[in-house]
Amino acid sequence: MAQDLLSRLKGKFGDSITGANTENMDPWIEVAPEAIVEVSKYLSTEPDLKFDMLNCISGVDYLHTDEKKAKKVDWEPHTQVVYHLSSISNKHTLVLKVILPRWKDGKEGQLPEVPSVAGVWRTADWHEREVYDLNGIFFTGHPNLRRILCPEDWVGHPLRKDYEQPLEYHGIRGR
Amino acid sequence: MTVSNELNLPKPWIEGRFEENVITTTVEQAINWARQSSIWPMTFGLACCAIEMMAAGASRYDMDRFGAGAFRATPRQADLMIVAGTVTYKMASRVRRLYNLMPDPKFVIAMGACTVGGGPYFKWGYHVVKGVDLVVPVDVYVPGCPPRPEALLEGLMRIQDKIRGHKIHVQKGTNIKIPDELPLPHHSGYVDAPADQDPLLDHQKITG
Repeated sequence: MAQDLLSRLKGKFGDSITGANTENMDPWIEVAPEAIVEVSKYLSTEPDLKFDMLNCISGVDYLHTDEKKAKKVDWEPHTQVVYHLSSISNKHTLVLKVILPRWKDGKEGQLPEVPSVAGVWRTADWHEREVYDLNGIFFTGHPNLRRILCPEDWVGHPLRKDYEQPLEYHGIRGR
Repeated sequence: MTVSNELNLPKPWIEGRFEENVITTTVEQAINWARQSSIWPMTFGLACCAIEMMAAGASRYDMDRFGAGAFRATPRQADLMIVAGTVTYKMASRVRRLYNLMPDPKFVIAMGACTVGGGPYFKWGYHVVKGVDLVVPVDVYVPGCPPRPEALLEGLMRIQDKIRGHKIHVQKGTNIKIPDELPLPHHSGYVDAPADQDPLLDHQKITG
């Protein structure tokens, strides 16, 4: 199933499908950030696929702040956005991944950008706000991209590995 | 009127001077008695400790015995704020505002490990205030995760002790208010070691 789907997507979107793992228990397909909206639309509307439910969006920060640990791993620091999809009617699942740099253009403080899929699945609205709030990934074209969990004037994105707790927040000690 | 004499507190000079059907007392004593017997707490559950607070209010533990069962839904009618649960930075400003809205005299119980000092979120929690005493003044700390209802009732009784020690009169001929009498600890937590018994050393041994 995953292999068929992969070749089908590759035939339709070509280079936008940048990688995959179909051997996994949870097979995943890696999509280029620019193409995520088209791929999502295709997956959700095609009658035999019909991924009509977005289970969750996860932001993953790949970074070791400890130098010793950083030497042992085979990846470069980056972030991922992972979309878990299900089809209620066809009873199958799929995982999409988008790989992003930790900072846009390598400039610290500039959030990496990925197009929003809130227009495809309504659920994505709050999920993307949460990922933005905690992982610092900017979803372009999102209808209302504000912080959802932290206070609105909070500084930083707490689930980033290099996050540092502020010393105080409105006069309340932080550390 | 009778005043709890289990603690052997010194009675005011006028208390119990005459025969049984004549009641004499001081205004201070009467006001303190009325206050301590009608502490209305605010409905203020933030997390899991609130479940235990509800249990303390329900029939089995029955907070109404102490006159503290009337949980008010507004700070305007409440004397006691039981901060039951994790206080986040986002909530801290609301906690502060609700405290400011309460009429004097007001009291705060910090219930549970999170409100006492951050609890399990102390080291890595980016969102939790490390103790609600950084936001509002706390009168009684009730530790536990969550504390048993009995522990909360104990905290409530310590609030009553504090109210009982409140003085309203001034020194004779001056304008200086007599300071409130802080209650002595009800029990110190100190336990005599059983001398005629060997210490129990292997109680954590895995036997199964």
